[in-house]
Amino acid sequence: MTFLSFLISGLSLGSVYAIIALGYTMVYGIAKMLNFAHGDVIMVGAYVCFFATTRGNMPALVGVLLAMVVCTILGVVIERLAYKPLRAATSLAVLITAIGVSYFLQNAALLLWSSNPKVFTSVVGNETIKLFDGRLNISVIAIVTIIICLIIMAALTLFIGKTKMGKAMRACSEDKDAAQLMGIDVNFTISITFAIGSALAAVAGVLLCSAYPTLMPTTGAMPGIKAFTAAVLGGIGSVPGAMVGGILLGIIEIFGKGYISTQLSDAIVFAVLILTLLIKPTGLLGKQINEKV
Amino acid sequence: MKRMLCILLSCALTLFLFAGCGGSGQPASGDQNGAGDDKAAVFKIGGTGPLTGGAAIYGNAAMRGAQIAVDEINAQGGIQFELRYEDDEHDAEKAVNAYNKLKDWGMQVFLGSVTSTPGVATSTEAFNDRIFYLPPSASAPAVIEGKDNVFQMCFTDPNQGSASAQYIFDKKLGSKIAIIYKNDDVYSKGIYNTFISKAKELNLEVVSTTTFTEDSQTDFSVQLADAKKNGADLIFLPIYYTPASLILQQAKNMGYAPKFFGVDGMDGILTLENFDVSLAEGVMLLTPFNAAATDDLTVNFVKKYQELYNEIPNQFAADGYDCVYAIKKALEAAGCTPDMSAQDICEKLVQVFPTITFNGLTGENMTWSASGEVTKSPKGMVIQNGAYVGMD
Repeated sequence: MTFLSFLISGLSLGSVYAIIALGYTMVYGIAKMLNFAHGDVIMVGAYVCFFATTRGNMPALVGVLLAMVVCTILGVVIERLAYKPLRAATSLAVLITAIGVSYFLQNAALLLWSSNPKVFTSVVGNETIKLFDGRLNISVIAIVTIIICLIIMAALTLFIGKTKMGKAMRACSEDKDAAQLMGIDVNFTISITFAIGSALAAVAGVLLCSAYPTLMPTTGAMPGIKAFTAAVLGGIGSVPGAMVGGILLGIIEIFGKGYISTQLSDAIVFAVLILTLLIKPTGLLGKQINEKV
Repeated sequence: MKRMLCILLSCALTLFLFAGCGGSGQPASGDQNGAGDDKAAVFKIGGTGPLTGGAAIYGNAAMRGAQIAVDEINAQGGIQFELRYEDDEHDAEKAVNAYNKLKDWGMQVFLGSVTSTPGVATSTEAFNDRIFYLPPSASAPAVIEGKDNVFQMCFTDPNQGSASAQYIFDKKLGSKIAIIYKNDDVYSKGIYNTFISKAKELNLEVVSTTTFTEDSQTDFSVQLADAKKNGADLIFLPIYYTPASLILQQAKNMGYAPKFFGVDGMDGILTLENFDVSLAEGVMLLTPFNAAATDDLTVNFVKKYQELYNEIPNQFAADGYDCVYAIKKALEAAGCTPDMSAQDICEKLVQVFPTITFNGLTGENMTWSASGEVTKSPKGMVIQNGAYVGMD
């Protein structure tokens, strides 16, 4: 029974990582940049939803939609101001900029909303489903998170694989210059990528804070890093990989804590990452792309 | 056109950032310049604390508490103070820079650093420069060790741990105890170490000990499952209230209802915005300060704090407030005048400080040993219907 309840905790934590990792991997896969500010966009989304539902007394769904709209705009603005001017720069410059944007967002949140932690009201309530005379508890939010995660993964896979915009994205991902020559508006495509990634971040923020309800300006930072790890574990750039990586990471973390040591749980998580990268550098579901000369 | 817009927007953002910085770095200055005409008549008090960053809640609270005390004292006439706080972002190196800035400004008495890690660094500097040092809440023993001019306002961490074990034993609060502590935090670990050795001495049965870190303070299901499996009826939480609020929530979701016992870091859980206080029902804690106490001093302080900052003060604010008043008392007892150098003031205060008895927000009849430790008795509190109630 302990095993089952650990497994469920792991799935619940993992699905939160997975949903954040989807945003990371989507932006990386298409724009070929690591958007380290993703975790902080999540935090902004959670704050927007918090203020809408708690202070503004709006229904949860309106709060989530509002958070998505705000984050989409924020994502596009960040892309325009911080990343677009660096389109031709080295990837290292973009990476450093992303870290700068991350700090900017954290400190802006600190000034706007203060450092005092807030308790997020779960958008789906705090109910738990009790099985086997209460020996096994599954929280509703965990189930909702896993379902939403699956839906988003399926929708993203379809969108990238089947639509015209998705085709343009794949083209940009493979070769920006060639895509431009074929008449694809590269800048617009990348903006759309950021818009989608940021809207996903808002959903992730709401679900993260519904499951673990402390909301602070640094709330998104560590889950962001863990989700990045998950994306790399699953194969960065691969949408199903992000999902698999996230859930695996959550399960490994909880099992590591439960069966080995609570002190070493993070060490175990990152050791798994290192091992994976040593054995399969592209991650679990990543594709080996040969550089053409 | 687009380029223009970009530039404009970035300018606006930059401006906003700087404006914000200025706003947070400067404490609400009531009478800061009140006695500005006659510089020599003012004692310059400095302090560093995390005013931004993840620990900002503690630094801001202490700074605001101290500022209220300074404003009150200045309004009374008599000794006049000028307070200046510098941001250290809970970082030792930045704290030393902040300290040097304050020294250049002409600081005469130092309120030290709010948190322990920077506190260890700045207390060493202040010891070498012979500036009197009284931090509100840097509680690590290393802050005062071997420094005759450094005193503490809060309990040292070891005191809290053994006091908690003694309290649980005396009141027979639990027979099987579980502990969840934060492994990468000197505060939490310090309390844990002394708790566990005192518990051994008293034959308290500790059935489960689990940890978490800054990076993994979201999911506590494993720690709670371990406590539950081992039949713990009391969980000792020597941690801050933010992770504690998650533990309470997750224990409830699991259908596990042991008693919870916290230390001063638990103080503040009721002021957590939007927190479901029913989760904290029955949580016990040892704390030096109770914002719901009905004595005049506390009522007056809480009222002022709420008026100015629109929130209920926590223990750090009370510590900051007490520090300023304790310094005032010591300065008066030592007969110091504002024209004296920081070093002369320091020598006099070091003599006087162990002899004074101080009544403040965080305790009555506080005294200090020559080594810098404060003697005050922690108050046992239990949360009932969303408010603290004394347990004694």
